[in-house]
Amino acid sequence: MRLYMKFFSMHMKSQMQYKLSFFLTMIGQFLVSFAILLSLYFMMSRFNVVMGFTYEQVLLCFASVLMGYSLAEMLGRGFDLFPRMLGNGEFDRALVRPRSVITQVLASKMDFTRLGRILQAAFVFIYAVPKSGVIWTRDKILTLFLMVICGSLVFFGLFIVYAAFSFFTVEGLEFMNILTDGGREFGRYPYAIYGEGILKFLTYFVPLALFQYYPLLYLLDIEKSKLYMFTPLLSLIFLLPAYAFFQYGVRKYKSTGS
Amino acid sequence: MIKLENINKTFRVAKRQGGFARAVKALFSREYEIIHALNNVSFTINDGEMVGYIGPNGAGKSTTIKIMCGILTPDNGICEIDGRTPWLERVAHVQHIGVVFGQRSQLWWDVPVVDSFELIKDIYKVDSSLYQTNLDELTELLDLSELLKTPTRSLSLGQRMRCEIAASLLHSPKILFLDEPTIGLDAVSKIAVRQFIKKINAERKTTVILTTHDMQDIEALTERILLIGKGKILLDGNLAELKKHSSERKTLIVEYTGKAPTISEGMTVSEAKDGRLIIVLDPTQLSVSEAISQLAAQSDLIDVSVTGVSSEEMVAALYEEYSI
Amino acid sequence: MKKYLAVFRIRFINALQYRAAAAAGVATQFAWGFLEIFAFSAFYRANPNAFPMEFSHTVSYIWLQQAFLALFMMWFWESDVTEAIEGGAIAYELIRPMDLYKRWFAQSCANRSARALLRCAPILLIAFIVPKPYRMGLPPSLPQFTMFVISSALSLGVVVATSMLAYVSIFYTLSSTGIRSVFTTIVGFLAGEYIPIPFFPPSIRAIAELLPFAAMQNMPLRIYSGNIAGRDALWGLAFQVFWLSLLIVLGRLAMNRALKRVVVQGG
Repeated sequence: MRLYMKFFSMHMKSQMQYKLSFFLTMIGQFLVSFAILLSLYFMMSRFNVVMGFTYEQVLLCFASVLMGYSLAEMLGRGFDLFPRMLGNGEFDRALVRPRSVITQVLASKMDFTRLGRILQAAFVFIYAVPKSGVIWTRDKILTLFLMVICGSLVFFGLFIVYAAFSFFTVEGLEFMNILTDGGREFGRYPYAIYGEGILKFLTYFVPLALFQYYPLLYLLDIEKSKLYMFTPLLSLIFLLPAYAFFQYGVRKYKSTGS
Repeated sequence: MIKLENINKTFRVAKRQGGFARAVKALFSREYEIIHALNNVSFTINDGEMVGYIGPNGAGKSTTIKIMCGILTPDNGICEIDGRTPWLERVAHVQHIGVVFGQRSQLWWDVPVVDSFELIKDIYKVDSSLYQTNLDELTELLDLSELLKTPTRSLSLGQRMRCEIAASLLHSPKILFLDEPTIGLDAVSKIAVRQFIKKINAERKTTVILTTHDMQDIEALTERILLIGKGKILLDGNLAELKKHSSERKTLIVEYTGKAPTISEGMTVSEAKDGRLIIVLDPTQLSVSEAISQLAAQSDLIDVSVTGVSSEEMVAALYEEYSI
Repeated sequence: MKKYLAVFRIRFINALQYRAAAAAGVATQFAWGFLEIFAFSAFYRANPNAFPMEFSHTVSYIWLQQAFLALFMMWFWESDVTEAIEGGAIAYELIRPMDLYKRWFAQSCANRSARALLRCAPILLIAFIVPKPYRMGLPPSLPQFTMFVISSALSLGVVVATSMLAYVSIFYTLSSTGIRSVFTTIVGFLAGEYIPIPFFPPSIRAIAELLPFAAMQNMPLRIYSGNIAGRDALWGLAFQVFWLSLLIVLGRLAMNRALKRVVVQGG
């Protein structure tokens, strides 16, 4: 942990060497998700509700997914950029150091320009939390936190899977975008609006709905069972196969060197 | 101590084929080629030795280094370094080795060198007093005091290499792997880096294993040479043995006055003009000093010069001899 | 002309090299298109009367957008070009006996159409056979289809001419980091990348339809299904021609000025 903090401050120092570029990129990040927010606003002001959810309720989805994703991207960027680490031989360096490979990949890159998006998610929360019609109790506040934190961890798991795939293919990686970028962009609405099949997929295979749709039902008192409050924790199971897959990739790398 | 016994390593490489039809076919079924990167490689290196590991590109140098570093797992064979098998006990093993990859930096580009050092200290869990002693010692040895506060991006290549070497020694490794440490450096920096490597080996008793394409590195640094070609160790000896091994001929250029000397066995005249002879000498039949004294006994010599084949030509000849 | 065609050809062959990437891209775009359509269908079910286009027109719009992603999306950035400007390699470009504007223009068109051609067929094929509400329709008539083809070409031109203006601005800022995301996001949004322009609130829609960005994907994707038909479609083509010519003139002027600057500063 101490080591991680050290890496954290090193990355901070490095990025602050290029302040102008840093802030421009941050603003760019902000704008990109702002365009999505704007399109969401246009749609909701035209239709008022979608599947019975109001604008402010949809915003809770948007903000929790955006914040979760951006946290994962900011701190787990090493996995996102892992193909590059493999390509330039930096990964060999990680293997000759006496620390766990996962920790080193994690620490290899952090991207603070993602704060632009995190900030936006925070603003949206400030706007939507009081207006969403949710009666906020301690349990519900906890649920909202779980949505963000577990969401972040599941997206992080997806980055690990992405990195693991890069042990096997470089060109074919683009298909993972539908789960990472797609998960973020389509997560602006409750995942249930995409239909039964997609919801099942996002419940049992890549559990994005477990930290978004089901706890939202709990927040809105549509489902009163405490089980729905804790579904985000259930989604963390995804990290296990993700981790195992990455380790499998490392083993393959160590026997083939590529 | 480093001990390798009968290490084998094969790679399966997908065949690349030209042509659209073949490329489409390759999407479904690929043909593979088996490459024997290492073939029964065995050697032992004692503590404190300095060894030059040479061979042409693709001969298996970096595969061997990667196995010794724990990056690669061999197909079979034994590799024991200080009693550990690198790929089985990676973390424990790498705590005791230092690695410098000549073309890749382990220093952070945008922050002062000393900050990178501090991070390395934490990565290797070096305790503060040891770190301080090592840092002071290395600063003096490698003449770093001016460089520590500079960000890596502002260092010259030679300065950077000195910092890289220091960085890989902060945790007092017993073994140092240097992969092409002088690549891309200018002549002055090369000499400096060589001196530092020599000093480190002498003063810190660190075992040094170095791969290089630069024969001057070998001449300046190592007593012992391992020559690898096509995955096999071809030669394990010192520079002199290497030289003896190569069919090395010397050229004598002799200027004299008066009567021309008669030439004995072992020498052949390749050119003869007034007062000047160019003689090719086979040192296995006749040594250089003997040849000169024979010549001097017969004629009045004004000038004698002896040129040998350079180490580079020698190694090139050797590669040819083994057809690698 | 011949040399610009050569640039085109090389780029095309280049893009064909990456088959695995193309396969992965096709899969992604197909899934992406499906999810977009599912979302629109949820809104349609919420209130069919508020839907500003026919649902089937929206479906065609989304499928074509995914199939021809590389042709119309603002965020394909010609990094060869921007790096040449940022890194100063522009000096070498100036030595070549080719008009730089035309060359970059040809290069961008080539890259985009090569990518699009490689990827569109499988996506369209699937889009034509999926079950009904999500199936892509055929254009209402042959003339309508012809106008779609012409409009697509014009649209590509407008997209490339607009990005040329962005590249020229890098001559002045010497860094593309900020420009890229700000530019591609704003232009992309107004072009209907995120949601088709008819879904904008009426007042904003009225303005957006006059801007050059409406001459991008908005036109061909709506002409195809007949959402813009007959006389309106012809006007649409004229609108595209107008903006294309204006943008090219502006782009050339801006580029000449910027290049003079480079020469004066010595690159």
